[in-house]
This record gives sequence, structure tokens and C-alpha cells, in this order.
Amino acid sequence: MGHLLEVQNLKVTFALRFGDLTAIDDVSFTLDRKEKLGLVGESGAGKSVTGFSIINLISKPGFISEGKVIFEGRELQSLSDKDIRSVRGDRISMIFQDPMMTLNPVLTIGTQMIETVRAHKKVSKKEATKIALEKLNKVYIPSPEKRLKQYPHECSGGMRQRIVIAIALLTDPSLIIADEPTTALDVTIQAGIMDLLIELCDTEDMGLILITHDLAVVSQVTEKIAVMYAGKIIETGPTDLIVTKPRHPYTKGLIKSLPGTHQPGEALKQIPGMMPTLTDIPKGCAFHPRCEIHESICTTEIPKLQRTGENGQLAACHLLEKTVDELNGAPSTPEQDN
Amino acid sequence: MQNDKQLLAVNNLVKHFDISGGLLDQLAFEKMKIVRKRTVVKALNDISLEINAGETLGVVGESGCGKSTLARTVLCLYRPNAGEILYKGDRIDELSSKELLPFRTKMQMIFQDPYASLNPRMTVARTLEEPVLFHNRTLTSPEVQDKVASVMEQVGVDPTWANRYPHEFSGGQRQRISIARALMVDPEFVVADEPVSALDVSIQAQILNLLMEAQQNRGLTYMLITHDLSVVQYFATRVAVLYLGMLCEEATTAELFEFPLHPYTQALLAAIPKLGKKGAKHIKMKGEVPTPINLPPGCVFHGRCAFANERCEREIPSLQKQGSRIIACHGVEEGRL
Repeated sequence: MGHLLEVQNLKVTFALRFGDLTAIDDVSFTLDRKEKLGLVGESGAGKSVTGFSIINLISKPGFISEGKVIFEGRELQSLSDKDIRSVRGDRISMIFQDPMMTLNPVLTIGTQMIETVRAHKKVSKKEATKIALEKLNKVYIPSPEKRLKQYPHECSGGMRQRIVIAIALLTDPSLIIADEPTTALDVTIQAGIMDLLIELCDTEDMGLILITHDLAVVSQVTEKIAVMYAGKIIETGPTDLIVTKPRHPYTKGLIKSLPGTHQPGEALKQIPGMMPTLTDIPKGCAFHPRCEIHESICTTEIPKLQRTGENGQLAACHLLEKTVDELNGAPSTPEQDN
Repeated sequence: MQNDKQLLAVNNLVKHFDISGGLLDQLAFEKMKIVRKRTVVKALNDISLEINAGETLGVVGESGCGKSTLARTVLCLYRPNAGEILYKGDRIDELSSKELLPFRTKMQMIFQDPYASLNPRMTVARTLEEPVLFHNRTLTSPEVQDKVASVMEQVGVDPTWANRYPHEFSGGQRQRISIARALMVDPEFVVADEPVSALDVSIQAQILNLLMEAQQNRGLTYMLITHDLSVVQYFATRVAVLYLGMLCEEATTAELFEFPLHPYTQALLAAIPKLGKKGAKHIKMKGEVPTPINLPPGCVFHGRCAFANERCEREIPSLQKQGSRIIACHGVEEGRL
């Protein structure tokens, strides 16, 4: 058996009136059970589209125009609508950003959970309730019997997100895609939810794809990181390497612009400009207009992901030799921790 | 007051919101009798703070702890129920709206969401002119236009775009424009309510640098409301930690981040995600934040505090001074913590 999930050269195109728009291009990665991958990038980088395209949730006018998604040995994008439903929500679950939007406000939590179980398994209501209670226990919801009878508005934000996670677990999936699961929550609640996700991956033997804009969160949770910019993965590798020795100028810029990596009062290193819109991606390397070190080759040729020399780290930059030296000059690890 | 550097002082500020609605909503049937019940959100309870000229006071806490209410009450956008607000020694909370006008030019606010805080039907130029024309009617229109151009330049927005509408700008640029709007009347004191939390990481750095530059060039004093502790650590000179409308701890940034004393501050600091600290231990807090409608008796934090004892359940801790630090905790006071 190969990997749990293998994404190969995935390209998602949106066919719009004024022409085709490439939302993500040449995205490849693999994930095993118990492994956690972080997809990081700013808004518009294509993180969520990547997540959605894995379970074929891209709706028209968007479609997967190239590449493959192989999950547990099956090619997902060639499955019929009916067959994909035995994977989506069953083998692969998704957790979204805002739990209040994900939960139905007019149904009790119990109804929603039992409905989900019975949509995927032929079980009696009683058995479905048992499964629901078991999963609520797994996410540490106190007095789950009581919660089953309550409506989403009766729970706090953190509690709701725990319930959403419990719902995702109902069908014992082997992969969870979490799209900004804690962005709407407070830091103290976020810490709890992240601890829970880490624990569940281990105990339930699941893979996790964590989509977020927050590098610090990803670095605490995942083993692997893929950094996305303008629809492409521009750097990927083991989390420790990406965080301590980033090689792509964009990753470096992102890490250096975090307030936590600076002495108070010192000006933050900033990346000039902003992410290009998909209709207007610069020629060559999409990052070159914002890149401090770009050369003429960057404006014409699209860089490919290439080995950086470090174990398993890949970066898409023409000027990798230049990014080593610069790195030693400026510390990219936080100093004033503890 | 004793401190002549003091720009703003807040003493025993209380702000409650009555959310009970109309008379019919308030009536309830209880024990065979009709009773009238009021529901009051106790957003701020007995808050005292001081802000010195030129410094940045960071106010942190979880959602619902009263950060934004504090910001608006300090600017007299909400009138406090009790307590006093002093601006350079003058009491401003009892002034009429008209009497407040001269203070309004000195105190400005930057809001969280630049998509909501700019009027979509006004061009940038009109948005920026409005506060000047309102507060300073003696300026001629070329003078106002010069001012608009110079402030736009200072915040890094091309002045030739003055006739565009907000939707033509990106989130980061809109936030620059709302900062420009606050700077138009040359304020001394700026309250920034979550100024960067709606923005992307690389844009956040740009805006924080801009705020810092404006502070250096204009000698501004900031009150920075945020839930992002790493922004506070980087930006603020002093930090006040709020929990359920109460002040838990206030100290200089360095002190607070190095030796947090209050158990809530400790838990909050432990929860900040830090780069490359895999498997960092978080302090688990019991339970959830109670509602500000039914405040727990005693210390508001006792239900979630690992060190709470019988006294914490009964008695509200008072603010104690410890050097430059102010803290409200029985445990610290008794030397248990």
C-alpha cells in the first residue's frame, strides 16, 4: 500500500466568461496515517480550494482540469457522484471555520449527529445515539447526554467546534481536512482544540490536513508544511526545517513578519505589496514583484520545486543559493520565548 | 493628579447594558405572580487605568471580556454608568456632546474591520475631508485638500487615488485609509480596536509598522485593543489583562510576559502559539467563560482557576499595587502563588 492520500499535480480551473482562471496549479503532496500536514498561505493562496478539491467539492464553473487525487488506492476525481459519497463525509471528513455556520441552528445536536451516522451506516436510532455519545466523549464534551438534546446556540464557540469535530469523527474517517478550524475562536480555546486534534490523529489513526494562515499554529501541530502562494506550493518540507531554515523568500518574509520574532520596538520586516489576484498573476515567478532579491530570470521563467539540500525540503525559487547566506545573517527563530 | 505625564485616567469605570427589551419582554410569571425582570450585561466592572503620554497600553482578553466596550467608553462613545474618565485632568464623562467636541479632535479611533468602517458611497477624499471640515471650519478647501494629500502620503496610499471608492482598495489599503481618517484631525490619543486582526499576516506587519511610525512622528499615545498577544508583546509598553469586565493584571509588557502572576494571565500566555514549539504545554483551564449577565460571586475567575480557595469564591479581590504592577488576585496577595 502506498500513502493514505496522494495528490499529484492537481490543477483546478474555473471556467469564467472572460476565460479560464487557474485557482491552483501543479499541487502535489502525500499524507500517511497519523501524519499531519499544514497548508499555509494568505487569503487567495488556494489553500481552501486545495482542501475542497480533494473531496471533489469544487462546484461549477470550477473543475479539476489536471492531476490526480489517490486516496486509499482509489482515484477520487474519476468516481461518480454516488461513489464519491462513500468517501466524502465517510472516509474523509471536513471541519470548517465557523461552527455556527456548519451546524444547523434549528436541529438539536443529537438530531444532527444521528442523521449523519444513519446517512452513512445502516444502524438503528439507538445505536446511532450510542455512537454519537461515544464520539462526544472522545472530544471531551461534559455530560454528552444533555448536549444531545440541546441546540447549537446553547453551546459556546469552543464547545460547538468540539461538536463539529465529534460529527466529523462519527464515521471513523481516516482523513480529516480542517479548514481554519480555530480562526473564529479565542487563543485559550484554540490551544485546547489543537491539542484535541493532535491527540485524535494518534488515537484514531487518522491523517490531518490543517489549512490555516497561522504559521505559528501549524508549527505546533504538524510534521509537514506546504506553503502556498498564488495557487502554487512554493515551499514544502518537514515543519522544523521550514520554520527554522526557510528557503523561499516568501516563507522567510512570512516568518520574519510575525510580531513574535521581533524585539519590541524594532520595525517589523514587511513584505511589500500584496498577493496578486488570480486574474493577474505576474509572469515568471508569481512572487517576483514582492521579492527583494529577484533577478531577470524570475520575471520570465516559472520556478519548479527543487531540493534545497536539506532532507525532504523543496522550494520553488530560482535563486536558492542566494537564500542560504541571507538566512544566516538574520535569525529566523524566535528568541524571546519562555 | 500626581502624575503629570498622565494623559488619560479611568477611575472605577462601570458600564452595564440593559438588554431586557420592552416592558412586555421584561414581564415574567414566577410563583403565581407576575414579576418584572431586567437582564443586564455587566460589561465593565470597576475598571481603573492610567495611560501616560507617548506610551501604548495594550488591552487583552478573550472575546466578551469587555475590551471593545472599554475602548468605546473611554472615548465617551458609550456613557459610563459609574466612575470617571479624566483627559489631562479634565473630567470628560459628564460633558454634553457639544462640550465634548474639542476632546473629539484629540481622541480618535481606528476600527477592526476596514470593510465595514469606511462608507462605501464616499470617496476616500470625502471620507478624509469630513472630520477636518467638521472640526475645523476655518480651513479653506485648498488647505483641506493639501492636508488630505499629505496624510494619504504619510500612510502610504497614493494621493492621486483620492477620488476612488473604498471597494477599489485592498483590505490593507483600506486599513491605511481608516488610519489616515483618524490622523486627519491631528489627534493626541488613538484607540485602535483590533486594527490588524482582519488582515493577512504579511499585511499585518505593514500596518503595525505604519502605526509605530505614526507614533514616533506625531508623538501619539495608543490604546491597543487586541486578542493577539504577540502583537501586544511587540507593540505595547504596558499591558492590561481583562477577564469578564474586570481588570486582572496590569504591568509593563516585559514584566508581564516574563513573570505573569495572575493565574489567568499565565493561562493566556501559555496558549499563544509560538513558532516551532511543537508539543508546547498549554495550561488547561476548567470550564468556560461565564456570561457577563450572571457574574460569579467573589473573584470572577475562580470557577476556572486551579488555585482558587474558599476566599476566592466569596470575596472580590481588590487591585493591589506591586511595584509597577497592579494585580487583583487573593492568591498573589496571600503569597500562595
